[in-house]
Amino acid sequence: MTLHTDIPEERLADLAGKALASRSFVTGAAIVLAVTAVALLSFLWTPYDITVLVIDDKQQAPSWAHWFGTDHFGRDIASMIIIGARNSIAVALVAVGIGMGIGVPLGCLAAARGGLLDEAVMRLNDLVFAFPALLSAIMITAIFGPGAVNAIIAIGIFNIPVFARVARAGALAIWPREFILAARAAGKGKTLITLEHILPNIATLLMVQGTIQFALGILAEAGLSYVGLGAQPPMPSWGRMLFEAQTRMASAPWMAIFPGTAIVVTVLGLNLLGDGISDLIDPKARRQR
Amino acid sequence: MNAAPSLLEIAGLSLEIAGRPILKGVNLDVRSGEVVGLVGESGSGKSMTALSIMRLLPPGARASGRVTFDGIDILSATEDQMCALRGDDIGMVFQEPMTALNPVRTIGEQVAEGIRWHTGANRTDSEALARRILDRVGLPAERFPLSRYPHELSGGQRQRVVIAIACALKPKLLIADEPTTALDVVLQRQVLDLLMDLVQENRMGLLLISHDLAVVTEMADRVTILREGEVIEAGETARVLSEQRHSYTRQLAQASVHVPRRNPVVTRARVKGPLLTVENVSRHYPGRRLSLLRRDEPIRAVDGVSFSMQPGRSVALVGRSGCGKSTLARMILALDRPTSGEIRFRGEPISGRSEADLKAARREMQVVFQDPYGSFDPRQKVEKLVTEPLHLLETRPSRAERRDMAARALEEVGLSASDLEKYPHEFSGGQRQRLSIARAIIIRPKLVVADEPVSALDVSIRARILDLFANLNARLGIAYLFITHDLTVARAITDEVLVMHEGRIVERGRTNEVLDNPRSEAARALVEAAPDLNRAIARKMQEQ
Repeated sequence: MTLHTDIPEERLADLAGKALASRSFVTGAAIVLAVTAVALLSFLWTPYDITVLVIDDKQQAPSWAHWFGTDHFGRDIASMIIIGARNSIAVALVAVGIGMGIGVPLGCLAAARGGLLDEAVMRLNDLVFAFPALLSAIMITAIFGPGAVNAIIAIGIFNIPVFARVARAGALAIWPREFILAARAAGKGKTLITLEHILPNIATLLMVQGTIQFALGILAEAGLSYVGLGAQPPMPSWGRMLFEAQTRMASAPWMAIFPGTAIVVTVLGLNLLGDGISDLIDPKARRQR
Repeated sequence: MNAAPSLLEIAGLSLEIAGRPILKGVNLDVRSGEVVGLVGESGSGKSMTALSIMRLLPPGARASGRVTFDGIDILSATEDQMCALRGDDIGMVFQEPMTALNPVRTIGEQVAEGIRWHTGANRTDSEALARRILDRVGLPAERFPLSRYPHELSGGQRQRVVIAIACALKPKLLIADEPTTALDVVLQRQVLDLLMDLVQENRMGLLLISHDLAVVTEMADRVTILREGEVIEAGETARVLSEQRHSYTRQLAQASVHVPRRNPVVTRARVKGPLLTVENVSRHYPGRRLSLLRRDEPIRAVDGVSFSMQPGRSVALVGRSGCGKSTLARMILALDRPTSGEIRFRGEPISGRSEADLKAARREMQVVFQDPYGSFDPRQKVEKLVTEPLHLLETRPSRAERRDMAARALEEVGLSASDLEKYPHEFSGGQRQRLSIARAIIIRPKLVVADEPVSALDVSIRARILDLFANLNARLGIAYLFITHDLTVARAITDEVLVMHEGRIVERGRTNEVLDNPRSEAARALVEAAPDLNRAIARKMQEQ
C-alpha cells in the first residue's frame, strides 16, 4: 500500500479535469452510480412484486416479460436483484461506517499519543486481524443469530483494524511536518490538531480504503447470506439467491448467472473507483504534468 | 576568445513544455578544463538547460536549436547513443544528496554499476575502480568500505558518493546542478574544493549551476546569467561581475551582499530582566540499541547550553548542520523537553509545563520555519493559516475581528488582504515565507524564533525578507533568535551571535566582532568556508 498523503497542491478544477480523463475513475463511478440509482429506484418501483409467489411461472428462462427469468417460486429475478442491491449496499455501507467511525479515531489517537497506548491499540488490531474475517463473522452471526443487523456488525468489526492502520500510518506521516509544529507553537492541543490538520490531510487516503472495504463488504455480505447467516427471507439477497440457484444450475442457470453478475459488476465498479481515486492522488502520476 | 575548441556548444536552444516557453534561445559553451557558471533564480531555466544536455527532459518537452557535445548532435542523437554518453562522457551531480542515491544498494554497487555498464568490466575490476574513485573523493576504505549503505553516511559524504559516481569514468564534462545547496558552509567548501581538484586533474569541463553568485564567482572562469529562460549576460567571471554592465547582474550582486538598514530598537517599556534565559540545558537522545538490554552512549544533541536574550535584540545561533541548533530552538519553543536544565521566558520556567500553563508564554513567542513549502497545511486557506496563533488569546476574537487582524498582518509583511481567500500553493516561495512571518507576528509576540528562514529563497527575495525582518524588529520591537548556517544572514540582521558546535556553545559575542575575529576553531571554520562575493570578485581580478 502506498501511503502518500502528499496530495494537495492541486486545484479542484484540475482534479476534476483529470478525474474525467481517467478511464478507471469514470467507469467505476458510472457503475457505482448506476447500482445506487437502481437500489434507490427499488423503493419506488420494481418490475414485479417479489412478495407474491406465482408458482405457474416458476423457473422461466429470460424473456421479454421476465428479463432475467424467474426463480423456483416464480418470482422475477430482475426485481429481486434490484431489491437485493438495497440490501447489499446498506450492509456494506454501514459496515464501512462502523469501521471508519471506530477505526479512524483509534488510529489517529494511536498516532497522536504514541508510546504504550499506540502499542496497545495496534496489538489489539493485530489480534482482530489474526482471525480470518469471514470465519469469525460466521461465528458471530452463529452466536447472535442470523440476520442483516448481525451481519453488518460482524463485517463492521473486521473493518475497524483496517481503518485504524491506514489512519495511523497516514497520520504518522503528517505529524512530523512543519505545519504541525507551527500549530503546536500556536498552542493547539493534539485533539484540535488532529481535527484541523491531520484528518483533512488523510481524507483521500481513507476514501480509497473506503471503496476497497465497501467492495469487500458486499462480498462478505454475499458470503454470509450464501451460508444463510445474512438477511433473512423474504428479503432478497444476492448471496442467498446464489445459494438457492446452486442445486438448479443445470435446469435454470439464469438463477445463478444474474445475481453473480450483479456482485461481480458492483465489486468491479468499486475497485475501479478506488483505483481511479488513488491514481488521482498518486504523486507519481501528478509529476508528469 | 576561441582558444580551444568547445567541448559543449549550445546555440539558440529553446525549450517548450506543454506549450509554455521555458528556454528562449540560450547560447552557452564549455571547453575542456574550464569551469562555466550558470547562474539564475528559481524558474530561470538553469536545471532545464542541464537536462537538455543530458536529454533527460520531462515528457511533453520540445527542444529546438543546437546542442553539440564533442561533435555529437545531442538533440538528434538516438537514445542508445545518449545512454552511452550519460555517465560516461557526461557526468551529473544533483542537488539533493539524500535522494540521489538508491537507499537499498550499497555505495560500492552504485559506483561500480556505471563502470560495469559502460566499460563491460568484470565485478572485481569495476569494484577496484570504484574503490579508487571513492578514495579520491575523500571516502577512504577503512571508514567507508564499499559495503556501506547511503543511510549510514552524512549529507556531505553522500554528495561525495554522487560525485564519485559522476566522475568514476573520468567524464569529459561534469554538470553539477546546485551541488552544495543542501550542505552547510563547511561541507560546501569541501565539496567545491573537491570538484575544482577533479577538474584540474582530468581536464574536465565543469558546468556549475547555482543560484549563489558568490560560489559561482569563486569557481567559474566564465559565467552565464540566466533569467526567465534568456541569457542576460555572459563572459569572463571577473569582467562580468566587476563591471556589472547589465542591471540584472547588478541587482543580483547587490542582493547577495544585501544588508538591511537597521534602526535601533526603541524599547518602550523598560522591561526588567532578560526576555529569555536558557540555563545549562541539555537534550540527550537514547543511543542505538546494541542488544536487547544494552544501548550505545546517549547522543548529546544539546549539551549544557546557557545564554540569555534581552527584549528587542536579535541573536544569531550559527553552526554546522547537525550541531543541535534546531533541537535547542524546539526546546525554547516548548515543543520538546530538555533532558536537564531550565528555560525561562520572562522569568517563568517553561519546560515541563502543561499546554494550558504555556498559553501565556506561547502568546509572546512564535516561530518561522525554513521550508516555505512544508510549513503550511496545504488544505487550508490563508485566512485560517495566518490566524492560527489567535487560538492563544484569552478571549476569542469574532470572525470579523480575525479577518481584520489577518488582513493587517498580511499588509505588514507586504501582501494584501485579497490574499486571504487563497491556498498556500498559489504563492511563490518568497510569498510563503511572508505568510509564515505574518502568522508569527499576528499576535504581536516579543520573540520570534526563525529556523533558517531565508536559506530556501532566491537572493533577491532573500534580501527583501531580511529587510522585512529588520523593519518589524524596529517597528514592533520583536526580538529574533535566528538559527542559521549562513553567516551573511547573521551579519546582516543580528546584534549578537552564538556559535554552536556539537551541542555546545563554543563562542559568543557581538556579531561583527565574532565574525571578523573568530577565536574558536568552529567559528573560524565557518567564517573561512563562507563564500563572499566581494572577496571572490577581488580575487578573480587579481588572478587576471
